[in-house]
Amino acid sequence: MANRLGFPLLPTDHTAHQEGPSAFPQAATLELRSVSKRYPGQRQPAIADLSFRVEAGEVCVLVGPSGSGKTTAMRLINRMIPLSGGDILLGGSSVLQREPHELRREIGYAIQQIGLFPHHTVAENIATVPRLLGWGKDRVAARVHELLDLIGMDPDDIGARYPAQLSGGQRQRVGVARALAADPPLMLMDEPFGAIDPINRARLQEEFLALQRRVRKTVVFVTHDIDEAIKVGDKIAILRQGGHLAQYDTPEEILTNPADEFVAEFVGQDRALKRLGLATLEHVELLSPDGIPTGGGIVARTTTVRDALSQILASGGKPVSVLDDRGGVAGVVTLDLLGTLLGGGALDEAERDFAR
Amino acid sequence: MIVAAAGGPVIPTFGSGSGSFACERANRLFCPGWVSRNWSSVLWPALVQHIVLTLIAVSIGFVLSMALALVAYRRRWLERPVLIVTSILYTIPSLALFELLVAPVGQNVFAAEVALVSYTLLILFRNTLTGLREVPAEVRDAAAGMGMGPTQSLLRVEIPLALPAIIAGLRIATVTVISLATVASLIDNEGLGVPILTAISNEVFKTELIVAGGMAVLLALAADALLVLAQRALTPWTRVKAA
Amino acid sequence: MNNFVEAIRFIGRNGQIPGEPPLPTLVHLTLETLKIAGIGIGLAVAIALPIGVWLGHIHRGSFVAINVGNIWRALPSLAVLAIGVAFLGIGLRNVELALIVLAVPPIITNAYVAVDGVEPEIVDAARGMGLTGWEILRDVELPLAIPLIFAGIRTAALFVVSTTTIAALTGYSGSLGDIINNETSYHLPGVLGAAILIALLALAVELVLAAVQRALTPRGLKLGGREDLATVLAPVVTEA
Repeated sequence: MANRLGFPLLPTDHTAHQEGPSAFPQAATLELRSVSKRYPGQRQPAIADLSFRVEAGEVCVLVGPSGSGKTTAMRLINRMIPLSGGDILLGGSSVLQREPHELRREIGYAIQQIGLFPHHTVAENIATVPRLLGWGKDRVAARVHELLDLIGMDPDDIGARYPAQLSGGQRQRVGVARALAADPPLMLMDEPFGAIDPINRARLQEEFLALQRRVRKTVVFVTHDIDEAIKVGDKIAILRQGGHLAQYDTPEEILTNPADEFVAEFVGQDRALKRLGLATLEHVELLSPDGIPTGGGIVARTTTVRDALSQILASGGKPVSVLDDRGGVAGVVTLDLLGTLLGGGALDEAERDFAR
Repeated sequence: MIVAAAGGPVIPTFGSGSGSFACERANRLFCPGWVSRNWSSVLWPALVQHIVLTLIAVSIGFVLSMALALVAYRRRWLERPVLIVTSILYTIPSLALFELLVAPVGQNVFAAEVALVSYTLLILFRNTLTGLREVPAEVRDAAAGMGMGPTQSLLRVEIPLALPAIIAGLRIATVTVISLATVASLIDNEGLGVPILTAISNEVFKTELIVAGGMAVLLALAADALLVLAQRALTPWTRVKAA
Repeated sequence: MNNFVEAIRFIGRNGQIPGEPPLPTLVHLTLETLKIAGIGIGLAVAIALPIGVWLGHIHRGSFVAINVGNIWRALPSLAVLAIGVAFLGIGLRNVELALIVLAVPPIITNAYVAVDGVEPEIVDAARGMGLTGWEILRDVELPLAIPLIFAGIRTAALFVVSTTTIAALTGYSGSLGDIINNETSYHLPGVLGAAILIALLALAVELVLAAVQRALTPRGLKLGGREDLATVLAPVVTEA
């Protein structure tokens, strides 16, 4: 049975990962090759010619203004939208050669409105894909338990509840857990924290990062918020109208060397400050406290450079003391010191470390 | 039990009569001759009676439901009992309800009207209440914040915004009443049900049946269309497409 | 008041009139009414439910599905029955035909609106997780559509019970409507008794169907407030 583009469909045991559909301990690479999407009746294609590669275990953020095709690109990956041209390779094999339903059972899918099944309990929601894949009851139950723990919820309490009984933040977390349930090699997340208030959103982003450090999935993360992209992404793909890739780089590269004016404007005029937010004082060679009158207050060594700068400015430009984790004074930062950081490349290594 | 309408339809007994009644004698589906002969004596009066019956029932039902809904809007505890009572009334088959009212009230238009009004209550009450409740909280908040008292807010903001739902209820209620009024002819001897019942009383007289039944259907569709137009006229903001 | 007392006595006598030859018992007539209505509703559900659910699932045919409901409401049941009897003669099959014609539209309309109206993001999430179309319909759309589907079935059931009794006016005997049609023999107390029974019968059918609906509605929906008193009690679909 050939599909529209002429590839024969391979039998179901030919999956993205050698181990087969029900166990994916490894994350997979993802590659888009000259992907295009054109809707009938529209003059401009939604996506003209998009190519990039995401290494296994990396978080790639698709970011751009509305109309840039970021959500479209994401939905092409799991074939929710048919491809007009080009190819998408998951773990080296084309997604076009897989039966869509089976492909999707190997890809975690978390959308902005979450879409929890109101008629299933939290546990049943999370168990959806594992059950589809034919996991045994005990294995499913254990996995549900494990995931609820992972997202910081009490399995016995929350597991039996229905979505209507959860708060917005709780539902979001359950949505992520549900996407992780079958341990897929790739996760697609479309503005997963978009509907949450800013305070809880920051918390959820932190939790996501902590989670990612543990499970190390390949993630494609769509957002319109450049700050979220910088915070969460290992690599950022900035898209322009028509799905054009304006720049595909690490956050620090984009902040330091924006490829063109569009990127520079999208990132924001405060990108120097944003760069300072990527490093903490741990990476900075502090001044000795001797001989420097402080009076600007105290910050911990784990504070970001940006927040330290903010403290200095708040005190009217006075030097600020930096404490180590035992409460002793580790050093002092001044306005002059921080001012020279970006220019001299002193933070480059710091920024790279931060990404780990 | 079935009383022929005043001035009864002229149904020539089959097998007799002159050639001009050939159509009727053959009992064809539609005899234009019969229609024109009996229009003013049978069909038109029935239609007018039917319209009057409907208008009275829907108007009274509307006023009653509106009042109940407005009270239930402010006092929530009222909603459940009213829903239960009106639901029970709605559930009782029309034939039964008509007869149950005949006992105390007598076999007349009044009994029919009481029953018809009861059938409108559930739909109108529920739709009006739902329509009022669906008004966004922030709109009501803004109205109060601007200094509108509860009555002003109701008249200027809440009821107008609830109109689509109210008129949807009116449409359903009107069409339901028109349909039920045909059965009501059994006890009040008025409306389009009379020619229908007469047409099947002895032998089936197809033309009368088709014409009277068809008129009832057309009346209902016309009323529905009129109300849709009324809604469009009264709520211009629902017609505007978002920018 | 006297009439009501007599009516109760009439019911107690199982529909017999003292001093008269035996008449069909009330029990028999009630069961017959139920049988006729049951067949009508059963067939209507068998025909209309799959069509409505399928159309809702593929999100097609909204114009037909919804406007059929509108036109249906406009049809006076008496006229439909009478026309059915007029053209096909008096008989069970013809009455059933009329009943099916009257019962199918609300079932189709409600089934369509119910399945079509499941929140798009829930269906999107299900599809994105890899459920096939059939699995989505069976595990996601149908369970969520049950309240509204049942509202349609209950509307239709009520209508069928009602119309079955009216069938007597068109000459079809064999239901409780016979008594009402025959006041000369039964007099007002008898007619009243039959009316009371019909009302009780209709209420009983409503309650049974409401219980079935409640039993079939997934727990998660009941908690979320999707199933409110109005849905349980009232069989009417409201559309704005």
